[in-house]
Amino acid sequence: MTLELKGVSHVVGAQTHIHPTDLTLENSTMNVLLGPTSSGKTTLMRLMAGLDAPTQGRILWNGQDVTGVRVQDRKIAMVYQQFINYPAMTVYDNIASPLRLLGLDRAGIDARVRATAEMMRLTPMLDRKPLELSGGQQQRCALARALVKNAGLVLLDEPLANLDYKLREELRAEIPRIFAESGSIFVYATTEPEEALLLGGRCATLWEGRVTQFGPTAQVYRNPQDTTTARVFSDPPMNFLTVDKRGDRMHFGQAASMPAVGGDLADGTYQLGFRPNHLSLEPGPGTITFDTTLSVMEITGSETFVHVAHGNARWVGLIHGIRQLTPGQPLPVHLDPSRIYVFGQGGALVASAPYAEAA
Amino acid sequence: MTDASSARAAPMTIAAPRTATRRLRPSGSAVVMGLYLLFLMLPIYWLLNMSLKTNAEILGAFSLWPRDLTFANYQTILTDPSWYMGYVNSLIYVVMNTAISLLVALPAAYAFSRYSFMGDKHLFFWLLTNRMAPPAVFALPFFQLYSSIGLFDTHIAVALAHCLFNVPLAVWILEGFMRGVPKEIDETAYIDGYSFPAFFIKIFTPLIASGIGVAAFFCFMFSWVELLLSRTLTSVDAKPIAATMTRTVGAAGVDWGVLAAAGILTILPGALVIYFVRNYIAKGFALGRV
Repeated sequence: MTLELKGVSHVVGAQTHIHPTDLTLENSTMNVLLGPTSSGKTTLMRLMAGLDAPTQGRILWNGQDVTGVRVQDRKIAMVYQQFINYPAMTVYDNIASPLRLLGLDRAGIDARVRATAEMMRLTPMLDRKPLELSGGQQQRCALARALVKNAGLVLLDEPLANLDYKLREELRAEIPRIFAESGSIFVYATTEPEEALLLGGRCATLWEGRVTQFGPTAQVYRNPQDTTTARVFSDPPMNFLTVDKRGDRMHFGQAASMPAVGGDLADGTYQLGFRPNHLSLEPGPGTITFDTTLSVMEITGSETFVHVAHGNARWVGLIHGIRQLTPGQPLPVHLDPSRIYVFGQGGALVASAPYAEAA
Repeated sequence: MTDASSARAAPMTIAAPRTATRRLRPSGSAVVMGLYLLFLMLPIYWLLNMSLKTNAEILGAFSLWPRDLTFANYQTILTDPSWYMGYVNSLIYVVMNTAISLLVALPAAYAFSRYSFMGDKHLFFWLLTNRMAPPAVFALPFFQLYSSIGLFDTHIAVALAHCLFNVPLAVWILEGFMRGVPKEIDETAYIDGYSFPAFFIKIFTPLIASGIGVAAFFCFMFSWVELLLSRTLTSVDAKPIAATMTRTVGAAGVDWGVLAAAGILTILPGALVIYFVRNYIAKGFALGRV
């Protein structure tokens, strides 16, 4: 089973929601669509589902063109961010409804509904109506309905976004297990890089209607192709520093410079990128020190986010432990050069960070 | 021992005068509510009162309740075809109208709630403006039109004429309820494999059942109380009860008692329907569409 998008685009009025996209989703893979709000994740999913027709391009399922095929005739399942169930039916009937439409016999339906309910831990709630359940149970009911018919393509559009933290953790742990049991192609949209990393599989980063990179999730994270992907796949966003490389030094700001990173590069202007968790307040062996001013500080239990100003750029650092700092104070931050990605002026990756290459 | 008994008795002695004062001085809201109910119910009570009196008593002395209780008025109505056929006719065209209005309004409201098409907002508003035109405006053209195509004095003629104001109303109410159902439910149903008709009947209709109830109630009520169009479009075969009631001035003068009984019987269906849909109407109010 494969799903192929060939030059698929979606244009509404004068707005291009999806730029021409080529994407191939392989048999039994978990595919994460990662991008900020309104980056086109949902639109892309709706195109895959056939709920919207692409303006241009073709969609192939197992090599067959399904571009104009009705939603009903595609073997797909979808779960929305909102908890969508049929409120007038019991949980049992909700899960059974896709199977009844397939024309299965009563005993077969019953067996599959009960097996799926068991997997989603819904067995005690089968006789209740969806609206009498908690949010997590409602979403599990929606997941059960999507999974029960063994669709070849399962689309999950931010299924955990409307759940509270505890339930989200719980369901997030369950989804890879469900995926492994089903053997279908899963497509999972999320706004959170962390969630994408936890789910693993393959990841497509989206930015303003374009797929900026598609590959194994860890690889996309470690070797972002360009600054856009790096920004999307980093939370808080990646920090950037524009430098001018002359010889073996990289110059930035006024009269400040650091040893050149990225190996043999031609002289010129580059953008250096590094992740917030690689900034440190303590110098280490071989670290580069930047003089910055602390603007905002956020403390989250065991970690401290420091928002600092470096020239005109604003950086974020994720520091372990709780620090007592005053906003406005000068704050030298330290960075291990092996953590630096080098991007060209156009934004394309020139040299990946040595630590990522090694991993 | 004595202490205990006196302590036990104390709350009672205190409580007694307190309830007495409460009984003597009723709260302001109770007074207002009482007056409101009095004014509201007085005409209806008077109608009931009259319907149970003889004509002689109605025209004679003033009495707050029937001195000479009689059911003869009701008996007249329920046995005389020229009376009870009025109710039958009214019921026939009201039920027809409610059915037609809902059947037409359901797809229309679905379209308005789900699709955006050119001029949809204007069309929706224009539908509503139909309710603003007085029926008298349409009485003459309708009369001429229905006469010329041979529909004059038929039930369907009145039922169709009442669609003029009931269909927009039903569309308006149903659209509000349908808007409250997320579009994702439609899509989920299609993904599950439901065809549109199957989805509409099995999934969608139960979700807007209260909306359908409210819309049906309003269609029923407006069609039931409408007099001008129904009287203009009928003469004998489809004569509604309201028209029958206005034509009871005979040679012997007005038959007060029978008229009052007819009035009571005319209120009854509406009261019954209201009783059954009262909870749904509250929901409709909450949606701001009734």
